[in-house]
Amino acid sequence: MLKTGTERVKRGMAEMQKGGVIMDVVNAEQARIAEAAGAVAVMALERVPSDIRAAGGVARMADPTITEEVLNAVSIPVMAKARIGHIVEARVLEAMGVDYIDESEVLTPADEVFHLLKSDYTVPFVCGARDLGEASRRIAEGASMLRTKGEPGTGNIVEAVRHMRMIQGQIRKVVAMSEDELMTEAKNLGAPFEVLLQIKKAGKLPVVNFAAGGIATPADAALMMELGADGVFVGSGIFKSENPEKFARAIVEATTHYQDYKLIAELSKDLGTAMKGIDISTLAHGERMQERGW
Amino acid sequence: MLKIGVLALQGAVREHVAAIEASGAEAVAVKRVDQLTDLDGLVMPGGESTAMRRLIDKYHFLESLKKFAQNKPVFGTCAGLILMAKRIQGQDTAHLELIDMTVERNAFGRQVDSFEAELMIHGVGEDYTGVFIRAPFIVEVGPEVEILSKHNDRIVAAKQGHFLCAAFHPELTDDYRLHQYFVKMVQTAKEVVA
Repeated sequence: MLKTGTERVKRGMAEMQKGGVIMDVVNAEQARIAEAAGAVAVMALERVPSDIRAAGGVARMADPTITEEVLNAVSIPVMAKARIGHIVEARVLEAMGVDYIDESEVLTPADEVFHLLKSDYTVPFVCGARDLGEASRRIAEGASMLRTKGEPGTGNIVEAVRHMRMIQGQIRKVVAMSEDELMTEAKNLGAPFEVLLQIKKAGKLPVVNFAAGGIATPADAALMMELGADGVFVGSGIFKSENPEKFARAIVEATTHYQDYKLIAELSKDLGTAMKGIDISTLAHGERMQERGW
Repeated sequence: MLKIGVLALQGAVREHVAAIEASGAEAVAVKRVDQLTDLDGLVMPGGESTAMRRLIDKYHFLESLKKFAQNKPVFGTCAGLILMAKRIQGQDTAHLELIDMTVERNAFGRQVDSFEAELMIHGVGEDYTGVFIRAPFIVEVGPEVEILSKHNDRIVAAKQGHFLCAAFHPELTDDYRLHQYFVKMVQTAKEVVA
């Protein structure tokens, strides 16, 4: 008997990405640069988050021409973004053979109440989360991989750090709790009890958790690994930098050797100017992508 | 106690470490060349072979790994199997070139085609669940290579001397028979040297 789309196959795909860097790309040329630099996967997009931010308006699934171009250009896995709750965008990406779908707050949500029922799909999904409640809800819906939401397209790591610290701290609390306290914690977090029970028993999340949203330097990537991320997504940081090739390689090495500080110093030399970055407090609530979804 | 390393540049390292420990050996995550010295065997995990190769080149791992493999057992799963092959279809160059075989990358299709299947593995046992994720398969093998398992007529596990490889992910299940088999290979190799 041959079984496709099992939980093990979907979560396992993310396990293979661990310790690696997933890079945002907008065309075949960028995808090839990312692959050569050692990316474990690429995210095919029409625009990187900082450009989505600058352009304003409604951000949707990328033109399939771009996704197809990237699918044909590289042998590493290709991810693509669908709007939160947009069943058809997700099904279209699945039909195109995309390896992973990001149900992403970077795009304008299609549904402000319901996220996708991701267990219904053969293709695996990654979703953003700011805390353990949100992470557990996404897992219960069938997400096979998580990432911090951070604040995409800002080049500011502070939100990704906040979300990773929050999730790790809440996991430690759940693990230390006695089992009869768990239902109240589930109620307080808005988390499914069964998912919390799994986390308590395993001592960790049942899926891989990457860092995303604001990683702009090799040291940022290493910091997120230090805080317990399984790997990192780099969005606007790479191809908005002066020397994308060098920058991409530096991020990959810093992620693998995140505790080798001499190496990170070497890697960080002469990378040119990083993204300018945005102070989060200057963003109105409506401009904060992390507040999309629940 | 036997000491087995897991190449920890990228991929499913933690799972292999757990499987090795459950099979009665000590496991070490290997990030630097100098860590290879006191190991009895090495596992090359699943992950992305292109990413691993970049990191292998960067830290002069390639020659050290080849030297290590001259007399120490190596077990590669999925991407690790690709690293061990002498020939890769559609590519002019291979990586460590340890096993006399030709492999095809992503040979079963994209992620939506990834699957689980029951396997029979010679010398290991039946009813073994193989988890295949964007998996390669072995197209052909040289005379020295022993075929251990096939799925739908495609070779998915093989052995050549002290080298073992699998196209699937034994580290993603809690069936440790293949890891136990490798630990035995490491034990035998150590006794021969002693």
